[in-house]
Amino acid sequence: MNEPLRLMTPLSDEDVRRLRAGDRALLSGVVYTGRDAAHKRLFELLQAGEELPVDLRGQVIYYVGPTPAKPGRVIGSAGPTTSGRMDAYAPALIAYGLRGMIGKGLRSQPVIDAMTEHGAVYFGATGGAAALLARKIVSCEIVAYEDLGTEAIRRLVVDDLPVTVINDAYGGDFYREGVKAYERSPGGA
Amino acid sequence: MKEINTSAITDAVAQACISACYDLPPDIEKALERGMADEESPTGRDVLGQIIENARIASEESVPICQDTGFAVVFIRLGQDAHIVGGSLTDAINEGVRRGYSEGYLRKSIVAHPLERVNTGDNTPAVIHTEIKPGDEFRIMIAPKGGGSENMSGVRMLKPSDGVEGVKKFVVDLVKSAGSNPCPPIIVGVGIGGTMEMAAIMAKRAVIREVGRPSEKPYDAALEQELLRLVNDTGVGPAGLGGRVTALAVNVESYPAHIASLPVAVNIQCHAARHKEIVL
Repeated sequence: MNEPLRLMTPLSDEDVRRLRAGDRALLSGVVYTGRDAAHKRLFELLQAGEELPVDLRGQVIYYVGPTPAKPGRVIGSAGPTTSGRMDAYAPALIAYGLRGMIGKGLRSQPVIDAMTEHGAVYFGATGGAAALLARKIVSCEIVAYEDLGTEAIRRLVVDDLPVTVINDAYGGDFYREGVKAYERSPGGA
Repeated sequence: MKEINTSAITDAVAQACISACYDLPPDIEKALERGMADEESPTGRDVLGQIIENARIASEESVPICQDTGFAVVFIRLGQDAHIVGGSLTDAINEGVRRGYSEGYLRKSIVAHPLERVNTGDNTPAVIHTEIKPGDEFRIMIAPKGGGSENMSGVRMLKPSDGVEGVKKFVVDLVKSAGSNPCPPIIVGVGIGGTMEMAAIMAKRAVIREVGRPSEKPYDAALEQELLRLVNDTGVGPAGLGGRVTALAVNVESYPAHIASLPVAVNIQCHAARHKEIVL
């Protein structure tokens, strides 16, 4: 396994272009949280041609709905949610200028196509490792849709968040490649 | 007649919700350690290492293992000789969930209507399954269930002629197509027989059965081993990044079926297989 790359957000076009499916990375800088309900609202604004409450051009979205922070803590547990539920909205956000997404699970072909067309990358974080990942979050502030509770958009600053490039800007898919390497045919050895 | 006060039930449920979400059960921890030894993929071992470390942090710091602290699924075994006093059992359970999710800083993940989708704000109501048993014991199992793995579950009404091969294909195809979504390594609960809803409830009971304890029915125990091998041959691996350890266990529950029917339900459980039982 290769040593992880160190990446600073927001990602430059050059950063996105050098990443390949299967690369491990430690992400530092600002990322925005957003999941189902927030995506629905952002998508509706984009469709109506209106301004988003947060400028997400060049930014990275982390698909997460954290638990409430205990007193004295920055944030509660904060692992990735299943990205596929955002697939209906992601191509529009990528076309608008979103550069990166962090989540877990498979993406649809339209999302993968939008990533290759516009230059974006999809990172996987370990699903369920929410207490460990929360330790990498150094600040947290709600910036939009506070009424959505855990689904509000938060501005996080992360420090060395461990992720793996799943889909790169060239159509590479690490889920497919990784599984193929270990798949055994039925009845085989 | 033994009396059980609803206030004791509320206290027990609140406590169980919190400890289930903070502390991974020992059988799951052991299974993850064994998975670490069996995993051939370096990436897979890296992921398993993160999962084991995560469980340690959650327990030590008293924080949730996973941010999805789930739907509060509650299994009750009520002895028919016990008497519940002090109000409604359902209300007592929901009050326990409300308190546990608030006091434990757990996430509120329930919307009041599946299509209107407004959060209830306190993670109620619970999903409650009740069984009446002989005796006067009151057993309550809290199993917070995350959405990511639940969404990958399924029910199929097979034909009797599909037989065991049909069952195997349904289970393996489901795990394969779910891939990374349900946070592998998973536990696969399989309910075979009964009616459609019976199969689904058996599948749910199967996922909370202790990992490493085979079915008491020899046929089902052998099927569990065969299904585990097939599921791990998919290559999905930890976090779906490829590897040997896709599932920690496959647990099968079965029940007599109609001459025309072969219902099969598969409930997928992520590696944060949380459950806590309390006996009153």
